[in-house]
Amino acid sequence: MHTPAAARRQHEHECDLLRFITAGSVDDGKSTLIGRLLHDSRILYDDQLRALAEDSRRHGTAGEAIDFALLVDGLEAEREQGITIDVAYRFFTTGRRAFIVADTPGHEHYTRNMATGASNAELAVILVDARKGVLVQTRRHSLICALLGIHHVILAVNKIDLVDFSQATFDRIVGDYAAFAAQLGFTAVIPIPISARFGDNVVNRSGNMPWYRGPSLIECLETIPVEADAAVEKPLRFPVQWVNRLNSDFRGYAGTVASGRIQVGDTVVVATTGHSSRVKEIVTGDGPLAAGPGAAITVTLTDEIDVCRGDILVSPTARPEVSDQFAAHVIWMDNEPLMPGRSYLARLATKTTPITVTAIKYRIDPNSREHLAAPTLGLNDIAFCNLATAAPIAFDPYEANRRTGSFIIIDRSSNRTLGAGMIAFGLRRGANVHWQRLLLGKRQRAALKRQQPAIVWFTGLSGAGKSTIADLVEQRLHAMGHHTMLLDGDNVRHGLSRDLGFTEADRVENIRRAGEVAKLMVEGGLIVLCSFISPYRAEREMVRGLVAEGEFVEVFVDTPIDECIRRDPKGLYAKAMDGRIKNFTGVDAPYQAPPAPEIHLRTVGTSPEQMAESVVAQLIRKNIVPRA
Amino acid sequence: MDLQAPDNLAGAGSRHAMPSHLRRLEAESIEIMREVVAELKHPVMLYSIGKDSSVMLHLAVKAFYPAPPPFPLLHIDTTWKFRDMIAFRDATARRLGVKLIVHVNREGLAAGMHPLTSGSAPYTRVMKTEALKQALDQFGFDAAFGGARRDEEKSRAKERIFSFRSRGHAWDPRNQRPELWNLFNTRINEGESIRVFPLSNWTELDVWQYIRSENIAVVPLYFAAERPVVERDGAWIMVDDDRLPLRPGERPQLRRVRFRTLGCYPLTAAIESQAASIDDIIAELQTARTSERQGRLIDTDEVASMEKKKREGYF
Repeated sequence: MHTPAAARRQHEHECDLLRFITAGSVDDGKSTLIGRLLHDSRILYDDQLRALAEDSRRHGTAGEAIDFALLVDGLEAEREQGITIDVAYRFFTTGRRAFIVADTPGHEHYTRNMATGASNAELAVILVDARKGVLVQTRRHSLICALLGIHHVILAVNKIDLVDFSQATFDRIVGDYAAFAAQLGFTAVIPIPISARFGDNVVNRSGNMPWYRGPSLIECLETIPVEADAAVEKPLRFPVQWVNRLNSDFRGYAGTVASGRIQVGDTVVVATTGHSSRVKEIVTGDGPLAAGPGAAITVTLTDEIDVCRGDILVSPTARPEVSDQFAAHVIWMDNEPLMPGRSYLARLATKTTPITVTAIKYRIDPNSREHLAAPTLGLNDIAFCNLATAAPIAFDPYEANRRTGSFIIIDRSSNRTLGAGMIAFGLRRGANVHWQRLLLGKRQRAALKRQQPAIVWFTGLSGAGKSTIADLVEQRLHAMGHHTMLLDGDNVRHGLSRDLGFTEADRVENIRRAGEVAKLMVEGGLIVLCSFISPYRAEREMVRGLVAEGEFVEVFVDTPIDECIRRDPKGLYAKAMDGRIKNFTGVDAPYQAPPAPEIHLRTVGTSPEQMAESVVAQLIRKNIVPRA
Repeated sequence: MDLQAPDNLAGAGSRHAMPSHLRRLEAESIEIMREVVAELKHPVMLYSIGKDSSVMLHLAVKAFYPAPPPFPLLHIDTTWKFRDMIAFRDATARRLGVKLIVHVNREGLAAGMHPLTSGSAPYTRVMKTEALKQALDQFGFDAAFGGARRDEEKSRAKERIFSFRSRGHAWDPRNQRPELWNLFNTRINEGESIRVFPLSNWTELDVWQYIRSENIAVVPLYFAAERPVVERDGAWIMVDDDRLPLRPGERPQLRRVRFRTLGCYPLTAAIESQAASIDDIIAELQTARTSERQGRLIDTDEVASMEKKKREGYF
């Protein structure tokens, strides 16, 4: 009996599951194709068909006929504009296979939503409009599919009815695509001529193209061999997700097995520390003795070793790489450009860690696949980059293991997901330059000076009074017998940062250099006063991360922009407002005020001397300098 | 996904052995729940008493075993739920020893909100959406689990598993965070929150097969029985208590009916059915010609109804 629910998922007996996406350029008919698949597989309910007929009259683009795209374009804005904005997931079964299909948007602006759908797919149906042929978006989506590890592609040449079912057109498009895709490493590309609107070769084979003797799309989806999940053959990777501390006697490590098998008695190693132990129990409500890839379990160990969220328990004989530098493909997904040197957060398996792009090796032109130089990355750019994390992390190449080789990049202040990455290989450049162990440390150096070393970071608009106040603070500290150093933004730009300009990327690099220098001085036991506009929160947070907790004191010199313009001590605002200086903070470049500075100086109505006194008083309160 | 269980435990006894796709769905849901508990400070589980909530709660018990689920349950009570639902809710919370918070929008009640006379859209907004926002704000929850599934409705098919909400609990469907692999971005700023849908990839049939396989208790209203109903606008409405105003000529009659989905009783239609066991329900679903939410009158009260409710903060 063929009824909607039976077809939706008929797994009384087991049948395998295929996750696939539809991809391709806007208007190539992806949503229409899925609607047609659902309709012709007879898995729609009567009330859904009635609603579809009603919707087609209201929003449809197919005249009086049924507009199948409306089955999946579920958002109001999508229906109004007739485009797909976000990925929709649909579930159906044909009896031979169960499917989860992600209908992804073709519009370039929404490429991030296409990547969302592709990240969990095993196969892509890439659509091409027979009238338009292979377009930039066809190529971009194919490239993303290849990078995300999709090996199987069905090339659906759609709207074949609009080119009179022409074999010549079909052959030309298939040839064009094959020439492009040859380098992408797909296992198979299967071309099928279809008409999603009229159903030719979607579920039923078409009588309109006697020259085509291959399978219909659904026959192809049902039978295409997709390599069985080989994750069970791979070495054990068990990222610890949550530590279950039921009571003082129970310490369980909960997580999902990323690859390999784990069973009671196995020796496991914490990848980053090398500590090892044995699996004592696998604890779940069902009490299994062993578990494989995808199982959500809790394990206990025979020894008390230090394990926390973010650690990966691994096989002792086949360990992942551990490094703080690696090379990866990055897909950028935000309107704010990627800035090399800027501090972001990365999420890799269950670990969250600060990360920076140390170099963009090249950007990939999605059309020609040429490697292009790129100082920054914009929305939807794809690039190969070197990255560095704050501390060494464990990972595998993405090709070897999707779950331990993928990461996302998150903005530190807005928390938006900015990009996604696939690790190619670890970089060991740092590994052979070992840290020289020194007998003296910053504690000893600072003790001799009777002070706590620290970075006192003055941030604020140009003309806010940062340098004036910092200068007064240093005089007072010096008079009290403390060892200080003052790094001033303008002075640093005459030497250390002489080669840098004022673009966002150069500002990021300028602060990185100043931060590293300040850190060395903190190692030397000094109190380092830094006076930099430092307009971006991410860079200030990066400097904070360079030193120990409590060693970074952010001083927000808060002067309203109108007051700075009125003062204009160097005449810079006048020039900026005339357009003679570009990228001037507060005029045509942004300033991100600190949300919670350690010291907040509201300068209007207070003298620089009073403010310097107040800074010194607070440094005493924070025990950075002892009471006089 | 792959679990080897000793014969005397999982899959044994009167339970049906669990098919592999259900184990896969179960593991995915457990991973999602653990992620929330690991990353967020103050999570809560929306408990609506229906079959999906029963499954979600069962998964929570498994996810944190041997510890109890480390979050309370929250029920938004409109005061118009079926009496059987309330009895089941209280019995379940007692049996599992979990903390249950019941919240009613008292101002809404005082203003006279009524499922039939106020109109279903304003009623849902005040007694469900507003009530939910009140409770989330009052207790300062930063994450809330919901049992919604993508196969239920078109706009739900578009929603992320971790669905970010702004300070006013609003959903912006045009600007959702990319959600790649199983790498969920759980980071939020003060006052923002996340709605989390661990059952996103389950279908109605999966839910019932899992209930059978795990022997999970559900509200008796899902099983066919003789119940007093009136036929109203082509739907069977149950006369659950004497608060249902009868229209001229309406006389309650006993019919053998059951519910595919449970909500406020005057707004939830029953179907005629002989399905008195879980096996019967699964057999019935496999020959059904109408969708699950067809019985939910609030879904169709205006165009793009569900999306609109969700943008305002509805689950």
